[in-house]
Amino acid sequence: MPAVSKGDGMRGLAVFISDIRNCKSKEAEVKRINKELANIRSKFKGDKALDGYSKKKYVCKLLFIFLLGHDIDFGHMEAVNLLSSNKYTEKQIGYLFISVLVNSNSDLISLINNGIKNDLASRNPTFMNLALHCIANVGSREMAEAFASQIPSILVAGDTMDSVKQSAALCLLRLNRTSPDLVPMGEWTARVVHLLNDQHLGVVTAATSLITTLAQKSPEDFRTSISLAVARLSRIVTSASIDLQDYTYYFVAAPWLSVKLLRLLQCYPPPEDAALRSRLTECLETILNKAQEPPKSKKVQHSNAKNAVLFEAISLIIHHDSEPTLLVRACNQLGQFLQHRETNLRYLALESMCTLASSEFSHEAVKTHIDTVINALKTERDVSVRQRAVDLLYAMCDRSNSKQIVAEMLSYLENADYSIREEIVLKVAILAEKYAVDYTWYVDTILNLIRIAGDHVSEEVWYRVIQIVINQDDVQGYAAKTVFEALQAPACHENLVKVGGYILGEFGNLIAGDPRSSPLVQFNLLHSKFHLCSVPTRALLLSAYIKFINLFPEVKPTIQDVLRSDSQLRNADVELQQRAIEYLRLSCIASTDILATVLEEMPPFPERESSILAKLKKKKGPSKVPDIDEARWNVNGNTEHSENTEPTNKSSPPSLMADLLPTNRPRPASYSPTILSAGNMAPSHPFTDLLNLNSSPAAGASLLVDVMSDLSTPAPTTTTTTPAATDVCEEHFSRFVCKNNGVIFENQLLQIGLKSEYRQNLGRMYVFYGNKTSSQFLSFSSSVTSSDTLKTHILPLLPPLLTVNIHTKPVDPTVEGGAQLQQILNIECVTDFSDAPVLSVQFRYGGTLQNIGVKLPVMLNKFFQPTEMTSQDFFQRWKQLGVPQQEVQTIFKAKHPMDTDVTNAKILGFGVALLTGVDPNPANFVGAGVIHTKSTQVGCLLRLEPNPQAEMYRLTLRTSRESVSQRLCDLLSEQF
Amino acid sequence: MQFMLLFSRQGKLRLQKWYVPLCEKEKKKITRELVQTVLARKPKMCSFLEWRDLKVVYKRYASLYFCCAIEPPDNELITLEIIHRYVELLDKYFGSVCELDIIFNFEKAYFILDEFLLGGEAQETSKKNVLKAIEQADLLQENIDFQMRLFAGTVCRNTDTPA
Repeated sequence: MPAVSKGDGMRGLAVFISDIRNCKSKEAEVKRINKELANIRSKFKGDKALDGYSKKKYVCKLLFIFLLGHDIDFGHMEAVNLLSSNKYTEKQIGYLFISVLVNSNSDLISLINNGIKNDLASRNPTFMNLALHCIANVGSREMAEAFASQIPSILVAGDTMDSVKQSAALCLLRLNRTSPDLVPMGEWTARVVHLLNDQHLGVVTAATSLITTLAQKSPEDFRTSISLAVARLSRIVTSASIDLQDYTYYFVAAPWLSVKLLRLLQCYPPPEDAALRSRLTECLETILNKAQEPPKSKKVQHSNAKNAVLFEAISLIIHHDSEPTLLVRACNQLGQFLQHRETNLRYLALESMCTLASSEFSHEAVKTHIDTVINALKTERDVSVRQRAVDLLYAMCDRSNSKQIVAEMLSYLENADYSIREEIVLKVAILAEKYAVDYTWYVDTILNLIRIAGDHVSEEVWYRVIQIVINQDDVQGYAAKTVFEALQAPACHENLVKVGGYILGEFGNLIAGDPRSSPLVQFNLLHSKFHLCSVPTRALLLSAYIKFINLFPEVKPTIQDVLRSDSQLRNADVELQQRAIEYLRLSCIASTDILATVLEEMPPFPERESSILAKLKKKKGPSKVPDIDEARWNVNGNTEHSENTEPTNKSSPPSLMADLLPTNRPRPASYSPTILSAGNMAPSHPFTDLLNLNSSPAAGASLLVDVMSDLSTPAPTTTTTTPAATDVCEEHFSRFVCKNNGVIFENQLLQIGLKSEYRQNLGRMYVFYGNKTSSQFLSFSSSVTSSDTLKTHILPLLPPLLTVNIHTKPVDPTVEGGAQLQQILNIECVTDFSDAPVLSVQFRYGGTLQNIGVKLPVMLNKFFQPTEMTSQDFFQRWKQLGVPQQEVQTIFKAKHPMDTDVTNAKILGFGVALLTGVDPNPANFVGAGVIHTKSTQVGCLLRLEPNPQAEMYRLTLRTSRESVSQRLCDLLSEQF
Repeated sequence: MQFMLLFSRQGKLRLQKWYVPLCEKEKKKITRELVQTVLARKPKMCSFLEWRDLKVVYKRYASLYFCCAIEPPDNELITLEIIHRYVELLDKYFGSVCELDIIFNFEKAYFILDEFLLGGEAQETSKKNVLKAIEQADLLQENIDFQMRLFAGTVCRNTDTPA
């Protein structure tokens, strides 16, 4: 035991630390520590009571050992004892130990809380601060339960010292973060807001952080902070740099406080009050102006602090997204930073520009920097900066520059860091798909991706290219030719073999006419890769081979020989062996017709969100993927497409993704659909864009006729606007508000089932007619009718409300007993509506004419796209929809048991995103979504508050359109 | 701010402050991962990086790396200056601070940090005010030490045991 001189700090501790530092090996260190632990344990257990100093010293040693990374399982009690010491230094070490080694041992927690309580009550500011620091550092739920109600009063009490106020504010902030439900709102909140006016800038700094956190939770309660924050900010930015004395940091006035005030203002939309708004604009302008002034110091601290405020101001400008001049100035400022010699500034400029790119006011301004950004991608030495450049290129991409950006990303990919390759691959794949004007470019791009970075091309990417090729008949020949050529390379990536095998298996016939790619050449090419591939790829190739047997009877013997070889039939892998045996057998016994049926071309894939986009979102988190879907379409450049499309292309952009909506696409021949009544084909209809025709209705229509001309079956189905003569069944209508599938009608003769899917403003409904009898239905026909209210909307000035195009298989107008008939309805929502279309069915059964009318469950909410958003965004938008007409509220009695899970499912089924953690009351449900109609999009926020005692609900909806709010409210309130 | 780490060029952790509740295992994992990532970076690289879903801001002072993890909406540059202000505070307190000061007086480094940052937010940005608070505490400590010395002296004489 080294000698201790108590007057000189904790000598024993210093000696111990030196010993540890002198240890030559890890083992020696462990040995020394164990010796010390044994010593301390014996001291703590010894009969002799330890004095406070020794206790403090040993506790401090334990803390040191713990911080070195070793486990500590004793000493907590001694540390807690130190809390009750009236000696500051002992108390301080006790608190430090507890702060670092939180232990949820319940006995100790109550003792610790007791110690804290005494110190909070001591009225000694130094002790109070220690206690508050401890609460803030630990921040546990137990502490929140014990102190959350007491701290607000300390914070706002008139006689509290400034330093204690500061600690109390941040202590409360921490508790609010960990246990928001335990921090009570109350009359103190108004007084907290007034701390923004406090004379002591330290108090203001701490209070601003607290208010920001609380305002995110309940913006309404802190709305008054806006004007105070603007006033304070204004005083700071206009002050001479020395005015604020010690709060001036390297000639920058209160940078921390400025940043915090700007952060607080980002909890709210731009101030409504004109004077306040212009004062804020002045502040932001002053900050932007200062950026142009010569620096007051050469120190990096000066420029960092100044630019910290500048970047925060730009964040606020972007957040408000309402002042075009400020946005463009911000963009120019960031443009200057893009070429700054400080790497940090270049990084931040790229990052901020990413968000600017999604504002419609500044998107074009951001685009002017494309060359600088591309240059950054090529020359930056730091991968994290290059990563930002990739992100920005992705965010600024639109139809006018997509070719350039995709080309640059591809060329960067060749030398890109492995850590970011996969992400770049996903981004390129998404952009190529989204902005493809023709599919050949898309196919080339994806094949290039596989060539350059095959290992980083995830399954989603190559699945997607196959989905697209299958679904687009005009690109199939090109794709077959291109993969055939790509496969010629002596070493090609396995992913290319997969894509090649799949595409040649389906569409190899399209290039088989050329002797250079005759069936046998194709087969030999694929088979030359076979042995180098993994099992799943080989399995895929075997399937391609059997497809070849169907496509090219002439290569059947060759392929059969391959299948018959021992390496296939006796393959150690069960899957390969089974495929070889089954395919061989199939090729031997099946007739050409059966073979042709079994091995028919793949049907088109049902449409869903791009799996690649989903993957990128998963990888980066949804908030980090700039939504290129929404912001960009109205700023499309000057491609031949936009020349022809109507201004409405915002809602139906001529992009590949929209083209893929199956609703507007003729089915490939194998599906034999016929369009019996084309209905209204709007000029900007994606259907016409898809086929790259001149977007005129005439061209679209003639094509329809072309595709379908060989199908001459008479039309059993019509679209009319005459009202049905029969009574309309609405019995099951409301059951379909929150779901899409089920039985809509049933009587003794007929059952009508529905399956429907919606995407944006388009929908497709499959109608199944089941004959329940054992006899035939004759003269079966169906039609869809719009009701009177609907018809009024169709009158001259207004576009039709619902365009129902009916495509159905050509059926004999006879339905056999027990048989089922399927019909497909394509639906387009033109504008918001409240009346549902009616399906009329007519047929003869046993000599009597049956007339059935069914109200089809096509409701406004079907056109929802769910929107995820943060609590902050939600409340901000909620505020923005504050006009009384925009809100509809209803209170109603529960019709069903009040079950949270069921309610969750219903709200999700209604089509909105269910937002958790938004409402301070976790029992409430909050949702958000966007209704897509052809002409517009309507954002919608909803909140459902159950009251289990009263068995009542209160439902509140806010949308930008009164009629929408009302209709949605009517629909949803019937569901609970 | 979610946490702050101080570590040496050799990767030895000198100070750790966590503003979010995490278990020890997770803390150790994060520390290991982050120390490795930051040490692998070259001197002229930028001071910010994306790491998991956080932003990491770091700066090297002599042999010590100061490293903060902040949330996506937080301001990188002001965090860089938080680090600098903390270094200034340590420097002023210890008188041209070096790594050894922080090793041997780790508890002081924590106390100073608590006066400056609380719950991950700047509590008091005035250098004078922070140092005043620390000096006051030291003053209390000295008074007590003075009393202790007298007391300890008595104990030594009476029991005749080495201190």
